[in-house]
Amino acid sequence: MPKDHGIGASSKRREDVRFLTGRGVYTDDMALHGQTYAVFVRSTVAHGRIKSIKTANAAGMPGVLAVFTGEDFKDVGGNPAGWLINSRDGTPMREPKRPVLAYSKVRHVGDAYAAVVAETYAQARDAAEQLAADSEIEELPAIIDMKAAVADPSNRVHDEIPDNLCFDWGWIEDNRAAVDAAMKAAPHVVTLELVNNRLVPNAMEPRASIGEYNPGTGDYKLTTTSQNPHLTRLLVAAFVLGIPENKLQVVAPDVGGGFGSKIYHYGEEALVLAAAKKLGRPVRWTAERSESFLTDAHGRDHVTKIELGCTKDGQILAIRTETLANVGAYLSNFSTATPTFLHGTLMAGPYKVPHVYVNVKTVFTNTAPVDAYRGAGRPEATYSLERVIDKMCRELNLDPFEVRRKNLLTPDQFPYTTPVGLVYDTGNYQATLDRVMAMADVAGFEKRAAESKKRGKLRGMGLSTWIEACGIAPSHLVGVLGSRVGLYDAATVRVNATGNISVMTGAHSHGQGHETVFAQIVAEKLGIPESSVEIVHGDTAKIPFGMGSYGSRSLAVCGTAMAKAVDKIIAKGKKIAAHMLEASEGDITFENGKFQVAGTDKAKTFGEIAFSAYVPHNYPLETLEPGLEETAFYDPANFTYPAGAYICEVEVDEGTGKVDVVAFHCADDFGNVMNPMIVEGQVHGGVGQGIGQALCEFTAYDETGQLLTGSYMDYPMPRAEDVPFYNVDYSCQTPCTHNPLGVKGCGEAGAIGSPPAVVNAVIDALHRGGHTHVTHIDMPVSPSRVWSAING
Amino acid sequence: MHNFDFAKPSTIADAARALAAEGAQALSGGQTLIPTMKQRLAAPSVLVSLTGIKEMQGVCLGEGGLHVGAATPHAVVAKEARAHYPALADLAGGIGDPSVRSRGTIGGSIANNDPAACYPSAVLASGATVVTNKRRIAADDYFQGLFTTALEAGEIVTSVIFPIPQKAAYVKFNQPASRFALTGVFVAKFASGVRVAVTGAGNDGVFRWAEAERALSADFSASALSGLSVDPAGMNSDLHGSAEYRANLVKVLTGRAVTAAG
Repeated sequence: MPKDHGIGASSKRREDVRFLTGRGVYTDDMALHGQTYAVFVRSTVAHGRIKSIKTANAAGMPGVLAVFTGEDFKDVGGNPAGWLINSRDGTPMREPKRPVLAYSKVRHVGDAYAAVVAETYAQARDAAEQLAADSEIEELPAIIDMKAAVADPSNRVHDEIPDNLCFDWGWIEDNRAAVDAAMKAAPHVVTLELVNNRLVPNAMEPRASIGEYNPGTGDYKLTTTSQNPHLTRLLVAAFVLGIPENKLQVVAPDVGGGFGSKIYHYGEEALVLAAAKKLGRPVRWTAERSESFLTDAHGRDHVTKIELGCTKDGQILAIRTETLANVGAYLSNFSTATPTFLHGTLMAGPYKVPHVYVNVKTVFTNTAPVDAYRGAGRPEATYSLERVIDKMCRELNLDPFEVRRKNLLTPDQFPYTTPVGLVYDTGNYQATLDRVMAMADVAGFEKRAAESKKRGKLRGMGLSTWIEACGIAPSHLVGVLGSRVGLYDAATVRVNATGNISVMTGAHSHGQGHETVFAQIVAEKLGIPESSVEIVHGDTAKIPFGMGSYGSRSLAVCGTAMAKAVDKIIAKGKKIAAHMLEASEGDITFENGKFQVAGTDKAKTFGEIAFSAYVPHNYPLETLEPGLEETAFYDPANFTYPAGAYICEVEVDEGTGKVDVVAFHCADDFGNVMNPMIVEGQVHGGVGQGIGQALCEFTAYDETGQLLTGSYMDYPMPRAEDVPFYNVDYSCQTPCTHNPLGVKGCGEAGAIGSPPAVVNAVIDALHRGGHTHVTHIDMPVSPSRVWSAING
Repeated sequence: MHNFDFAKPSTIADAARALAAEGAQALSGGQTLIPTMKQRLAAPSVLVSLTGIKEMQGVCLGEGGLHVGAATPHAVVAKEARAHYPALADLAGGIGDPSVRSRGTIGGSIANNDPAACYPSAVLASGATVVTNKRRIAADDYFQGLFTTALEAGEIVTSVIFPIPQKAAYVKFNQPASRFALTGVFVAKFASGVRVAVTGAGNDGVFRWAEAERALSADFSASALSGLSVDPAGMNSDLHGSAEYRANLVKVLTGRAVTAAG
């Protein structure tokens, strides 16, 4: 009988009541007295020198209250990169300043170099157009292609960086010689060059920010679309504007999706705050969808050569990769960690590979900044690895299932130290492989393929086995690796006098369902109804200092902090109960919401204890503080390592090249599962995004740096008809060994594991159709690319 | 969007008068014009809505075939043309999404003549007549290239008259992002012969594929196309497909349309 309450129950998402009935409150929904509107003036050229900006005309237009240019911010700080990466030679990465508004140069189409604030949106827009017309920008040659960027020292995105190279990173540099030797000695070497396509995040809610300033108190307030309000406050306060942290409140209310793009601080947030201070009135801005395409941090964009050395029977001996990773025009907050420590450290996959070496050169170009996007580095690693293994199987005529099985780590090998610096704590990769093969009825494939053939379609099957490192992240470790912040999280559990509970979390929910799942956990631990637990998040004035939501971390890190805070509540409750029941603390048990003297029927309910804590008439005040509220910070001891195996089946239409995903099976190990329905939803969403990357989405800049896929007319988002009904399983559970909930995280899994399964399936279908000359097709595996590959 | 004045006349004559004003622009379903105005790429000073004119609405049988009022939304054509001209109903029912189909109109589509729109292929393959407030224009004379038609300034399409073929089908291959026709082929078999019109593919807008028409007039089967090929030189090329790819689609989809027409 499935549970209907607490941990493991598929409790319905309480937040959906407001989301589905139009009662969510998003930043753009908030109307404020005296509000004004900001519109940004954005570069229409990819690379240019700002010669002059004449503000007088715009400033004199109806309703215009203020005009800002880069000049106004040239003396304040820049928006920093969160990770310092050192190059192979030990030199630190090149770190150009990222100003609030572009100053002296514009560096990508959409780069904001001025802003207008007016009484109405239309007035601000009109004045911004005037300002654009009154700006003289000398267009410079655009730097778009990464290989050309590093080859031509005469053309620079940042004048002070001669080769457009941010860093040249080797992981692990000391292993390089051994890897080279192993590769040289390998009986067979498979080489694959591939592109991990650049993606636009496309959160349903565009970015939006409202700045407020109270001249009476000197307090600032920023309401913004953020995945982590405390981090945004820290960046704005300590790095960019120099506002004292205690005078700045950051609120991230309901947020309609982020997928990474709303982790980061953006210049628009600083502008609305500075403008609010200047005007003493609220200043608001909401991105148009075109601005989202041009300025939200994009994802992926790697060009990789991967080599795999193996025996003739498919034992992997060595892996070596060389990657060019695009960071775009400026370093976004996590942009230097994504292609390095979230990518190179996963290059051994779930396999026992003795020798791995990863080289990543990160390149500045005149394109939008690139940063973490659902999966962040791990999808890139998984895609490279699973595609090259698939190619190995074809070259050596080996069974892809058996090759995976032969190379997967076995349960007795944990904890396992990889050659790329991680320690996998636990897993059972054979179990998920067995499970997905059963789910997919691998044995029945030939029959299905014959049926497809009757309908004129080529059917193919693709496999990927994947692992990720999430539950981000142990601070001591990331500190060694270059992180400039800690990555713990925090929660406060406040028991109210009437016994119900408010939980303030550092994690931010922008679609994940924290308000439901976190309440389930607290309810389970305290033996109270879920409806008695309220989850408060997204407001720095209410919540403890946490690091927000990304990297499948909320449950594993913030959830653990919350569980630890609940444990403190129970411990204090026992002290209160001991006093009230005149027993010793050690004799008090807590179960099903009751504090009881062991072996007796003497007991107090949780509600009675809470009331006593706030009305302490009969209370050990000399030894115990009144009240019942506890905070815990939790810093994980290790990453968590969800893993799984995916099988995709496709049908290919040879006439048009169109690929249809006809079946998708996921067997994942997420450790313990708190809410199966929400886990399934996360996998559905992740796989949907993965299929989108594999088949549909791409971001094209032309040679002058114009974004060709800057709207939904040309940027292909996956739609319902592009995805199948998913077959999702999470019954293989090896609980995480280092957090008390035994959870690993599931938010990014689908987006990590699915793209190679899709592409492997397409290649399989083509080979079965006799098109054996096709060894690889870069994503997106669009109809025209498939047709060209067949007929190429 | 810039400010504009709005007129909603109830007769064609009033609409024509309103359109004579400086900077006036006809508005039908607004599925292209309104987004363009929102992006400030168009800024007409007066919008003259044609959707309040009763005689421009609806589908009925009449002289020369099926009469479709120019301001009839796609969803209505999809429903009301079904019994008379199923291939036309299928085409209308496959345009855009439900909200586009409930607003967008046939008159708006063919007046705009987007090279990737669906309707021009049906109008051309059917040998339809475009009726305006001034004259009747044969389909073969009406479409004159990308976003270009025989319409004069201020001229209003009031209806389209479709001769009803013995057999017909429209097969569309979607552009992956916009879901407009990357290539769409409308095949119509009349007693007098077969007409084949292709949208989405040609670099000069909708066109008739004469070779296929000849082959299919002799033998209305997909195999009749086997010896034919389409010259990529006349095809459009963009992010979503090369000229060669589109040339292939023209042939593949024509064959599928013939098969679908039965």
